[in-house]
Amino acid sequence: MAKITYVEHDGTEHVLDVKPGLTVMEGAVKNNVPGIDADCGGACACATCHVYVDEAWRDKTGTASAMEESMLDFAENVEPNSRLSCQIKVTDALDGLVVRMPESQH
Amino acid sequence: MSKPRVVIVGAGHAGGSAAAFLRQYGFEGPIYLVGEEPLLPYQRPPLSKAWLKGEADADSLALKPDSWYAEADVALRLGGVAVEINRGARAVTLASGESLSYDFLILATGARPRMLPIEGADLAGVLALRTAADAETLKGALGPGRRLAIIGGGYVGLEAAASARALGAEVVVIERETRVLARVACPELSQFFQRYHGEHGVTFELNAGVEAFTGTDGKVAGVKLADGRTLPCDAVLVGVGAHPNDELAQDCGLDCAGGVVVDLEARTSDPYIFAIGDVAHRPLPLYDRQFRLESVPNALEQAKQAASAIVGRAGPTPEVPWFWSDQYDLKLQIAGLPFDADRILVRGDPATASFAVFHLKGDLVQAVEAVNAPPEFMAGKMLISRRTPVSIDKLADTTISMKEVAA
Ligand SMILES: Cc1cc2nc3c(=O)[nH]c(=O)nc-3n(C[C@H](O)[C@H](O)[C@H](O)COP(=O)(O)OP(=O)(O)OC[C@H]3O[C@@H](n4cnc5c(N)ncnc54)[C@H](O)[C@@H]3O)c2cc1C
Ligand code: FES
Repeated sequence: MAKITYVEHDGTEHVLDVKPGLTVMEGAVKNNVPGIDADCGGACACATCHVYVDEAWRDKTGTASAMEESMLDFAENVEPNSRLSCQIKVTDALDGLVVRMPESQH
Repeated sequence: MSKPRVVIVGAGHAGGSAAAFLRQYGFEGPIYLVGEEPLLPYQRPPLSKAWLKGEADADSLALKPDSWYAEADVALRLGGVAVEINRGARAVTLASGESLSYDFLILATGARPRMLPIEGADLAGVLALRTAADAETLKGALGPGRRLAIIGGGYVGLEAAASARALGAEVVVIERETRVLARVACPELSQFFQRYHGEHGVTFELNAGVEAFTGTDGKVAGVKLADGRTLPCDAVLVGVGAHPNDELAQDCGLDCAGGVVVDLEARTSDPYIFAIGDVAHRPLPLYDRQFRLESVPNALEQAKQAASAIVGRAGPTPEVPWFWSDQYDLKLQIAGLPFDADRILVRGDPATASFAVFHLKGDLVQAVEAVNAPPEFMAGKMLISRRTPVSIDKLADTTISMKEVAA
């Protein structure tokens, strides 16, 4: 299990144990974390699972694919540490990960 | 006064989401979720894609984890079929005999696959793909060397073709029209998808009428075409469109027109009854008409509309209708509907498998079909909702980014 902290835009924190193999998005949806709607169910087609990855974790979560990059390019409130959470696979190495949600998903 | 009570008939993507949005929006009254299938609400899109290929499990299909329903106090009637609506008494009768009274009723009964009324249609191995159970049966029929005949070259058929190829099956797609995706996409896209599937080993019989399914020992063994040939196969997938499950609504006298007619709050002709998802015939404010859509974004938007109306909060901003499909390494994203378009413009090169087809009405974008081209999809969606003219020259010029085109 990897402990992941999801921080809603208003600061509400959800600390959850997420099974490796799931995506960061699935961890949120399975636990009813508000703010990650995931309309397309992880198909990298909707950008409603946008999160900011805490600086300290950016190396470990890897980088966005070209497809993800261009979806993010048109999402709202994008920052350099923006990712689509459905494209981040949870591994043991992500134990402690912190992600925040943008205002637009409030 | 006691709290209002909501009954949702149909525990699919729309019905399940409506229950969730009601709670998210602070609805406190009792919620009953009635679903014919024995399963909790799940997502169908993976059934023809990741799930069929073995890349997703039942857990990841589920809309919400099991525990959510108890936590959210949603009363389930799984395996329950609603058979009658009594509008006067405001009650729904289930096949079990149980009667559920409601203050608000949400119909989310979806659609069912159209089957072919031809000889042999009841042979074992003649399949449809709508439910998890259907998908399980189809998966069992696939594997190296197994021959699958797909009737109908629509999205479900083509997605299943791609997945079946990945599982090593031989696939022939039989289509009545002269091109695949004839009902839902432009000729450029049809041509591209047919070529791509061909390169992945799928064969096509276009312009082909299906006369009968032939079989031995009650099991399908071939598809008999109008030209006299019989194509041998081990299983048949019929994917020729879906029919809205609007009989309950018709029987109780709600306005129907190939789907239950609703307004932008998803309200039917009875103010206490809503209809959402594949079963609803809904207004499309951007296009000035009513239409029935079959997509997850539509199910979610209407679930939000109904839940908002019930709790008395402002509804969601009307969305541009959109849809996605995954086949092989292709991501198809479609925004808008090509109504009233007078020309099309292809941006990018289909030979590179990354391009988009824009449907234009004068200099307004009505719809965009984007293959491996998320910027075209995202910017196109924006352009469609804004209803402002676009520079056609810029749109045609791939050296100009979509950001700039949409600016
Ligand atoms: C194989 C497949 C692939 C798809 N791929 C995509 C995709 O890539 N992108 C996309 O946007 N959309 C896709 N869709 C479409 C999408 O799944 C549907 O639009 C969506 O499921 C509609 O939700 P719904 O709740 O209206 O209907 P459904 O999800 O079908 O749910 C309706 C439910 O109501 C139940 N029901 C019906 N009558 C009764 C009754 N009288 N009593 C009780 N229960 C009843 C049914 O058993 C069913 O469980 C796909 C669909 C299929 C089948
Ligand atoms: S869930 Fe749709 S892009 Fe991540």
